[in-house]
Amino acid sequence: MRYLPLTPEDRADMLRTIGATSIDDLFIDVPEAARRTGFVDLPLAQGELEVDRELSALAAMNRSAVASPFFCGAGAYRHHVPASVDHLIQRSEFLTSYTPYQPEIAQGTLQVLFEFQTQVAALTGMEVANASMYDGSTAAAEGVMMAARVTRRNKAVLSPGLHPHYAETIQTLAHAVGMDIERMPLAVDAEADVISHIGPDVACVVVQTPNVFGTATDVTKIADAAHAAGALLIVVVTEVVSLGLLKSPGEMGADIVAAEGQSIGNGLNFGGPYVGLFATREKYLRQAPGRLCGETVDADGRRGFVLTLSTREQHIRRDKATSNICTNSGLCALAFTIHMSLLGEAGLRRLAALNHQMARKLAAAMDAIPGFEVLTPRFFNEIAVRTPVPAADLVQTLADNNLLVGVPVSRLDPMAGMGDVLLMATTEVTRDVDIQILPRIIKRVLDQ
Amino acid sequence: MTMNTVGRPTRPEAAGDEPLNDYVHPTLTGARGLLQDEALIFELGGWDKSGVDLPEAEAGVADDLGDLFRTAPIGLPGLSEPETVRHYVRLSQKNHAIDLALYPLGSCTMKHNPRLNEKMARLPGFSDIHPLQPQSSVQGALKLMDRLAHWLKTLTGMPAVALSPKAGAHGELCGLLAIRGAHEANGQGHRKTVLTPTSAHGTNPATAAFCGYTVEEIAQTPDGRVDLADLAKKLGPHVAAIMVTNPNTCGLFERDVIEIARLTHEAGAYFYGDGANFNAIVGRVRPGDLGVDAMHINLHKTFSTPHGGGGPGAGPVVLSEALAPFAPLPWITHGEDGFELIEHREDGAQTAFGRMCAFHGQMGMYVRAYAYMLSHGADGLRQVAEDAVLNANYLKTVLSAEMSPAFPDGPCMHEALFDDAWLEGTGVTTLDFAKAMIDEGFHPMTMYFPLVVHGAMLIEPTETESKAELDRFAHALLALAKAAKAGDVERFKGAPYHAPLRRLDETLAARKPRLRWTAPEAPKMAAE
Repeated sequence: MRYLPLTPEDRADMLRTIGATSIDDLFIDVPEAARRTGFVDLPLAQGELEVDRELSALAAMNRSAVASPFFCGAGAYRHHVPASVDHLIQRSEFLTSYTPYQPEIAQGTLQVLFEFQTQVAALTGMEVANASMYDGSTAAAEGVMMAARVTRRNKAVLSPGLHPHYAETIQTLAHAVGMDIERMPLAVDAEADVISHIGPDVACVVVQTPNVFGTATDVTKIADAAHAAGALLIVVVTEVVSLGLLKSPGEMGADIVAAEGQSIGNGLNFGGPYVGLFATREKYLRQAPGRLCGETVDADGRRGFVLTLSTREQHIRRDKATSNICTNSGLCALAFTIHMSLLGEAGLRRLAALNHQMARKLAAAMDAIPGFEVLTPRFFNEIAVRTPVPAADLVQTLADNNLLVGVPVSRLDPMAGMGDVLLMATTEVTRDVDIQILPRIIKRVLDQ
Repeated sequence: MTMNTVGRPTRPEAAGDEPLNDYVHPTLTGARGLLQDEALIFELGGWDKSGVDLPEAEAGVADDLGDLFRTAPIGLPGLSEPETVRHYVRLSQKNHAIDLALYPLGSCTMKHNPRLNEKMARLPGFSDIHPLQPQSSVQGALKLMDRLAHWLKTLTGMPAVALSPKAGAHGELCGLLAIRGAHEANGQGHRKTVLTPTSAHGTNPATAAFCGYTVEEIAQTPDGRVDLADLAKKLGPHVAAIMVTNPNTCGLFERDVIEIARLTHEAGAYFYGDGANFNAIVGRVRPGDLGVDAMHINLHKTFSTPHGGGGPGAGPVVLSEALAPFAPLPWITHGEDGFELIEHREDGAQTAFGRMCAFHGQMGMYVRAYAYMLSHGADGLRQVAEDAVLNANYLKTVLSAEMSPAFPDGPCMHEALFDDAWLEGTGVTTLDFAKAMIDEGFHPMTMYFPLVVHGAMLIEPTETESKAELDRFAHALLALAKAAKAGDVERFKGAPYHAPLRRLDETLAARKPRLRWTAPEAPKMAAE
């Protein structure tokens, strides 16, 4: 077995040193009833070539985004990731290291985390950010828990444009801790409606912008209303490239930002692993979940970085911890940091503008198809489109014609009564020709 | 004096006889040989600089956004590609890594990460597919998830698995929510207590508290196991579950595990198994045979997906028959048209326990773990457990010459636990000893965990270490131990001397948290 260095002679030698007669002596504490002799009923070991073949065959059964005109979004976006990003994250020292609990020999990871936290804080317009969460949806759920701790209140209001998967993830965690969740019915452009739902018992409102229908909203008034009622505003961002073009949540009064960072540095990967961004105001820091990296000095006075404020965390605080999170998304955060360092402010702004430009072209093209109507009033790179036939059917038919046209809302929430709404996204990867051929192909399949 | 292979003097046998003279004067630049002094991206980058060539969008493209347009500076510096590559390569060289040397962090399972798995995860058919593409266009991905589920179920002897939890602690949450769901469905919602041993991972009580449970500790016997009498005393109609790691965090197999399960079930509670240490028994013991009702499996431990400096991980949860109906969405079924991912309850009901996260979990980790499973096979996986246990016992035996094992009697499993009794009177602490290991080229073991052992040193070598590397490691530790006992205290108190940085001031970091870079204030002009 190529991954196991011990030879039969080594094993015999070592058993002798230990004073055991066979390997079974070392498993003597296992109750006899549970000891298994022989192998479990699974295939035996295979060489690298065989495994490569088997997995490549499985991969070939999937239609990758590169093979089709592609307009899927709804919380996961296909961007171009520079080649150097993937090269750098595969360096042994990053890929095969553990959580930086020994800072003297983990300054690489720690300095990256410090850069990551600074970038995330800048991007979201917030004062502090943590060292990452699992993904945007779990970051949002942790944000809701944190708001309950800060306000000592027990209810959250979820806005009508919140991604249904995020809403369900929040509901799961809220149920666990016994919080009340008021989830407003899905609507394309009704964020302001949350204001009338902010009562004295509300810990936070969760508002997504751009929302799941692509609608971008200035949440300043919602922030004001929340603060007036003693509640926090949590802003969810599922497409962080938008922050290169749109006013940041911090500028609009957000108290917590929970975002999906996948768009920067990370591929689609069928939904994971992604990287959750979590940012907040300094005054709430000690209620924040997750790891934090801070600056300090070493014994010689040189600048260095350590994990800090860990008295909030499970390995110190146990049942009094702010969260149970341990492993986070370190390597995805590294990819984010490297990609962001390559882009810089100038690159990010240009990238965002290109995304938006493509979406405007797409919106114009879709609106021009008889029977189709763009519903999203203000958008970044994603639009909701009313379709003359059930959106799920259209998506399936077009997929059979080698075109991945987007995500039907019914896929996210079959009970929303939005069977005729399709979500479509563009990025810098979208080509003009993809948009040009789209109306023709749609008309053709509808005529069939 | 002896020489090592590059002609440097080594003097383990003379440890303590000579004064320490390895700490030389600082260099003029702050760099030391290959180790560069590397500034932050914010000190290096330019506001107009970019390492990505993109066309300029058309003028006025953002006019439709009105007040939503971001006008204020963001604060993100950029660098060209060569500068970026150099910056992160320089940073990388300040990290220890499993690819560099043995990384004996107990409970963390730092084993070799096969590169085939990285290659497979990057096949466009896995890496470049969208989670919400029509299911007919991702049949290979769904099949892989189904196969992975089959392997996990077969290896654990459990009938069901929820794949989506994103890490071990997330899996714990999933398992406890399933347990809570089952209790509520059976009219047992009043059960509000979770029992954990004192040696449990911090995530266990944290997760239980998160689920609204009160946590009570179960005492430990002098031989490092769950105290059955104490467990029996604490079980009752108020207990929802017990959470037990097996092998436990002392590196020992819970001999009475079947009895633990029986008592738990008799009291109407469920048995949650923390599967962090499954790598010690994979292929030899099935948790299902031990009476476990739910157990998460850290794919980043047992099944070698890389730790990546702290993540991502993956924490699928295997479930018993009783708990399977309470699994979260989504799950996979096999119908006439191939594999189907069930993302909503059939009746459309929004049950409280719907989903652990957006989409379907950590696909990138599933591919890597499945490649690992296929490579090892049923035979290789059993060998993994055997070699992991053999390596740990070998180190336990060899190191016991100078160090005191916390539980000397009987074999350990995949990790060897030492206390600090052997350091008594030397003036050297576990922390000092760990820092001195850094100077000798090794990552320290897990320190001060589990909490039940004084000055704990938990050493997990894993099965991917050769005997030669184990001997090299043991040689270094024994030499250090002799030095400590010989009174060479300065070697430990000031350590590390040879790492990229010396000991860091963690108190300062916590007292005045600086969690982001801020531009230094412009120096005030002296009055003229």
